[in-house]
Amino acid sequence: MSAADLHARVRTLLNEHDPVRSDPHDFLAARFDAGLAWVHFPTGSGGLDLPRNYQSQVENELTAAGAPPGGGGARNGIGMGMAAPTIAACGTAEQQRKFLRPLFTGEHIYCQLFSEPGAGSDLAGVATRAVRDGDNWIVNGQKVWTSSAQNAQRAILVARTDPTVPKHQGLTYFVCDMTDPGVDVRPLRQITGEAEFNEVFLTDVRVPDANRLGAEGGGWKVATTTLNNERVAIGSMAGGVRETGTIGKVTEAWRSQPDIRDPAMHDELMRLWVEAEVARLTGLRLRQRLVAGQLGPEGAGLKVTFARLAQAISGFEIELHPEEGLRYDDWTMRQPDSVDFIGRGTGYRYLRAKGNSIEGGTSEILRNTIAERILGLPPEHRVDKEIAWKDLPR
Amino acid sequence: MSDLLYSDTEDAVRDSVRRLFAERCPSEAVTSLYDAAPQNFSDVWHTLAADLGMAGLLVPEDLGGAGAGAREAAVVMEEIGRAVAPVPFLSSAVLATVALLHAGDTDTVRGLAAGSLTAALTVSLSTAPGDAVTGVSTGANGLTGRVTSVAGANEADVLVVPAAGPDGLELHTVSRDAAGVEVSPALTLDMTRPLADVQFSGVASSRVGTGFAEAAVAAALETGAALLASEQLGIAEWCFETTVAYAKQRKQFGRAIGSYQAIKHRLADLWIDVNAAGAAARYAADTRASQDDDATIGAAVAQAYCSGIAVRAAEECVQLHGGIGMTWEYPAHLYLKRAKSDQLAFGTAYRHRARLAELVDLPVS
Repeated sequence: MSAADLHARVRTLLNEHDPVRSDPHDFLAARFDAGLAWVHFPTGSGGLDLPRNYQSQVENELTAAGAPPGGGGARNGIGMGMAAPTIAACGTAEQQRKFLRPLFTGEHIYCQLFSEPGAGSDLAGVATRAVRDGDNWIVNGQKVWTSSAQNAQRAILVARTDPTVPKHQGLTYFVCDMTDPGVDVRPLRQITGEAEFNEVFLTDVRVPDANRLGAEGGGWKVATTTLNNERVAIGSMAGGVRETGTIGKVTEAWRSQPDIRDPAMHDELMRLWVEAEVARLTGLRLRQRLVAGQLGPEGAGLKVTFARLAQAISGFEIELHPEEGLRYDDWTMRQPDSVDFIGRGTGYRYLRAKGNSIEGGTSEILRNTIAERILGLPPEHRVDKEIAWKDLPR
Repeated sequence: MSDLLYSDTEDAVRDSVRRLFAERCPSEAVTSLYDAAPQNFSDVWHTLAADLGMAGLLVPEDLGGAGAGAREAAVVMEEIGRAVAPVPFLSSAVLATVALLHAGDTDTVRGLAAGSLTAALTVSLSTAPGDAVTGVSTGANGLTGRVTSVAGANEADVLVVPAAGPDGLELHTVSRDAAGVEVSPALTLDMTRPLADVQFSGVASSRVGTGFAEAAVAAALETGAALLASEQLGIAEWCFETTVAYAKQRKQFGRAIGSYQAIKHRLADLWIDVNAAGAAARYAADTRASQDDDATIGAAVAQAYCSGIAVRAAEECVQLHGGIGMTWEYPAHLYLKRAKSDQLAFGTAYRHRARLAELVDLPVS
């Protein structure tokens, strides 16, 4: 299919479904059925089996026409950024049909049940158990750092199905129903004052075996697909356009408020500007490389840089506004609908950025990933690798 | 949208240039440039310029060039950086060629494109794009004045001389061997890009075109800055890859030093930054090749970023090699010296950040 054919297909969709006046859910359903949700996904699963680079053409044309964002927007960032590519890569054709359409229409908001109190960087150590019961699995355990759990209808879940084998081999990956009565979501307040994350307690939650992604015991491989996508999703939040994100807040202030310009801060401003611009170009280049082929660990670099810059720039921004920096906009406990790195005031941005080098893999773990998986340096010494999970010292 | 990757043609350019340097610029030979009996590399330059046709990359086809552009020239610069190759590609095929083309020369550039002539633009290597160029003036007796730290002057057949005339800056050409020209090679931090001081004592010259030369000199320096980023990328990549290989092979306390997190994390950070330098250098080359409105910003960003990364990669290379990295025998020092000199060429990163501030409307006060 050529770019012109794809353009015609987008025009047909827009002619048959008014992007602005239609119910967003109906428009997105029609977009999915036309194969225009993710053109690089398989035909019948919201795609057209096209190369990945065609997707931006579709996104640009639909955004220009005022169409609603896929997945229901920022509220479904985990669904769009992590669950969808994992389901497309690791799900059966039937699972793709079943899960992807409601994900894309925003009917199913997703969250991610990965981290646990005892399994953060050591994600493969998760203790949440899934025990087979006929055609179902019964899940018990506790998850943490779950953003969007309070809004989610579905979750991607990593659970231990075989404690008698080494930790990486006993994991299985599921799509879990968050409306199951055994799911208890409790907000977890963080340093910004709000609760963007949750703790999720799972008590005898029933997951059909039909919702298992990949093989029993093959959950680590599936989870790696999700994590690779997560790093690119977070790392790309710096944006494709110059001066997006926190650097845009700083440059806007510098231009519009001459009284805050401190000559002693100018070279640092330009250093950060250059680094943000180079990070933008690096993301652009990574996306050009990804046009063909699956995502590898390369996104880890993007994410480490994004975190470092978000922290440096938000720290600089506070110093640029000393009066405002002494104040804070709101310590009230609230639960936002979506993850917002740059909204609100300078203090919020500074505090929220501290999470950037922790969520989605700490910068330290990502440096291990780069060193071992990309550079081929020797792996960390691991005392737990050959031992059955149940026998590990705790 | 800018294409930040490499085309098949560019890969082919890389292969041929890399093969040439691998065969004829081994590091022991390059190191001899620092000693009393330096090896002569003029035949390597001739092969690169004439036989491989790389001297004509920036020259249009109707003037005998390859009709290629900045993207291909950038790939040659990457390979020069990787080999710290002592060839006057930057001074002749980029700086002098762009200045002559911009000023309307159609004669000398034919010789440059064919590789039968080599030229040098007589400005100090530390001159930043947009800097006022002084030192030489025209007069009844010809060109008079002095320019220090000129790259490639000693290897050149033709000197391309910006000179202050009665009404403004003019561009002149003179033979390197003309009476009244004295070229004094300098002892430099980086002996692989030879610099010389050039004295003009009443030298007969030919003026290029009739217009003023500020724009031609600025275009040459800006193109030089944009493409130097690719050389810096090549330096950084060599240092990085060599250091990773060494960290895998060198054992202390019974294990490869690359198994220690203190080393792994430094190398991971360096990988991130070298990768980013690749994006910045490619953006500078691509926007220049397509004469994009963003080309000036692209060049300034690339210099502001890549110059520091090349130095850091070379410094990490020395440090992570330990004692061997400090030796004359090991080639790390060639890269460190080239990287540190490159950081000063066409203006420091501080200068480029100050220039960027003007370009993107972020004034100091």
